Amino acid sequence: MSTTGTKTSGDTNTVTDAAGSLSTHHDPRAPVSIHDMTVAYHRKPVLWDIDYAATEGRLVGIVGPNGAGKSTLIKASLDLIPKASGSVRIYGKPYKKQRKLVGYVPQRESIDWDFPASAVDVVTMGLYGRMSWWLPPRKHHKEQALHALEQVGMADLAHRQISKLSGGQQQRVFLARALVQDASIYFMDEPFAGVDAATESAIVALLNELKARGKTVLVVHHDLQTVREYFDDVLLLNMRVVACGPTKDVFTHENLQKTYGGKLTLLVEAAEAIARSVRGGP
Amino acid sequence: MIRHVWALAGVLASTAAAMALAIIVVDEETRQILTLREYNTRIVVLGTTLLGAAAGLIGTFMYLRKRAMIGDALSHATLPGIAIAFLFVGDKQIGPMLLGAAISGVIGVLAVIGLRSIPRIKEDAAIGIVLSVFFGIGLMFVKIAQQTHTGNQAGLDRFIYGTTAGMIKQDAQWIGATALIVLLGVIFLFKEFRLICFDQQFASSQGRSVLLIDLLMMAMVVLTTVVGLQAVGLILVVALLIIPAAAARFWTDDLTLMTLLAGAFGSISGFAGAIVSARFVNLPTGAVIVLAAGCVFAFSMLLAPHRGMTGTLLRRVGLSRRIGYQNVLRALCEMEEEFGEGIRVGRTSLLEMRSWTGSTLNRLIRRAVRRGDAIAGPDNRVGLTRSGRIEAQRVLRNHRLWELYLIRHADVAPSHVDRDADLVEHVLPPETIRELEHALAETTQIPPSPHAQGAVP
Repeated sequence: MSTTGTKTSGDTNTVTDAAGSLSTHHDPRAPVSIHDMTVAYHRKPVLWDIDYAATEGRLVGIVGPNGAGKSTLIKASLDLIPKASGSVRIYGKPYKKQRKLVGYVPQRESIDWDFPASAVDVVTMGLYGRMSWWLPPRKHHKEQALHALEQVGMADLAHRQISKLSGGQQQRVFLARALVQDASIYFMDEPFAGVDAATESAIVALLNELKARGKTVLVVHHDLQTVREYFDDVLLLNMRVVACGPTKDVFTHENLQKTYGGKLTLLVEAAEAIARSVRGGP
Repeated sequence: MIRHVWALAGVLASTAAAMALAIIVVDEETRQILTLREYNTRIVVLGTTLLGAAAGLIGTFMYLRKRAMIGDALSHATLPGIAIAFLFVGDKQIGPMLLGAAISGVIGVLAVIGLRSIPRIKEDAAIGIVLSVFFGIGLMFVKIAQQTHTGNQAGLDRFIYGTTAGMIKQDAQWIGATALIVLLGVIFLFKEFRLICFDQQFASSQGRSVLLIDLLMMAMVVLTTVVGLQAVGLILVVALLIIPAAAARFWTDDLTLMTLLAGAFGSISGFAGAIVSARFVNLPTGAVIVLAAGCVFAFSMLLAPHRGMTGTLLRRVGLSRRIGYQNVLRALCEMEEEFGEGIRVGRTSLLEMRSWTGSTLNRLIRRAVRRGDAIAGPDNRVGLTRSGRIEAQRVLRNHRLWELYLIRHADVAPSHVDRDADLVEHVLPPETIRELEHALAETTQIPPSPHAQGAVP
């Protein structure tokens, strides 16, 4: 595959002869391609001219400072919030036509967990898209949900009320719900935020499992230390695409400095120093 | 499913029992009402019961969607429509007035939604504004209506305060039809309602039209509110949407059961309210119905075993009793460890082992003796029985495992580990114990105390 994203914003990997024109340039092979997207909240732009195309079968980390528009990028791609301009294609077609190919893991804090539901109830919601809207879930739906919970190591907590689960367990319930969707491309909004070590490694195992099955996963990620370890590709974002491409090429000190505007340089350096000393490397 | 049937059967059976008891106890006049001998009473009771059921069912989802107060804006916003309809057609027909109520109510809800989308205006402010402004407009038109159509004051007041005095068969039929629509709506849209109440963003990423589902939900609320206006009055009708649902939440973590319970609580409130206000004609029906719902709520809050206050309190007391009991057994076991099995220990030396008072210790020992876990000799010295020893060793082992885990994996200093372990060991579920065993690769033996000399790993 040679369709990895380019290093800077402004041009895409696809046809660029009419750059900036109204016609869209989307690669139908890209699991997700974003062209010229701008998003604004109350007229204040949050994302500017985003051009990006993901490569199939890769784990992609979306990295950037707070307020960089990472979650917004996902939400706008999934039509959850309106775009001021630009377009997004999932395998060459609008999201509306490709919903079945897309799995979504929202931020854990975005919902009220004191809701009368058990873990398996929540996971079953991932299958609602495939059920008739007037019929209750059938037995085989429940079984699929239980299987997904097993995959994230939550089999024995399947019938527990969701507010009685720990943060990490709640996150795993969300992941299981995305799993039963059996999508081709997954968008995950900070799945690693505030989870315990067991959940973190469960998520990483799951990401690799998804990758082995040829899925593409875009993950909003905060922990700079683990980016190299977890992700094949990285998308550095700060209102615009600072850089994107294979992690080993793009996740550089220089690019990070551009992304974090120099403010966090010290923090990043400290983090890297710690990581080095822990691993015992140079 | 069977669970749901049982729970509902329980609610209905206890209501029936309360009814039967009431019929035996009360005076003749009340008995007449309770046994529904009069045609009018039957109409009214049927009407308010069905109204309560409909409001409870749809209210569950409004409550979970945190939209219950929009119901309040809606009901207050119906007043201008009622008064204007009254100005045009008078009090003769109820149809146009209910239509007017529905139209201005919907305009009120749309106004809330519109205001909410303005930055800096939050939902509570939007609701407050719409509610009061529409109600104010309504009051103005009511005054005008009363001046033009003389002697009809009560005709409009009933929409504000609610009365069942004038309820006729047709009204009850309207309510019945609404209850049926709401029931069918809740059955067939159950999944969708659950989805958008729980996670709106996910629902919309799944291609669900959240707006459409919200509108359907709101339509049912409008219907319920409008047909309930006469009986309960627009000031209090929102209570029937919120209170049964909030009460039901105390009893269960299952949405299906919660919905059914809310429906049952709503209808019980409607039923009780109608009976009481039929017996004491001067009491406003709406107020009585809402008070009945309030009683159900208070009862649930206090007594529901699951999330109610008493249940929580009892569990807490039970836990502290269990902890105390286990501590006595553990203390005896540690003594046996030191001085050999079957040792009898004096109370003073037990007293020194933990910071418990003499009376607590005596009570705990008495309980242990009563349960056959300990024996107290005539010299007041205490020892473990065989069954007590088994339990005590289990407790001690959990404690030691946890101490070891804290030392090895959580870097807790051995001098602090006893206290930390003390807090959690009593509540460890079996699976955690198994994980501990696994993590520490321990046998089924009791690990030695880390405080004993040279025992620190």
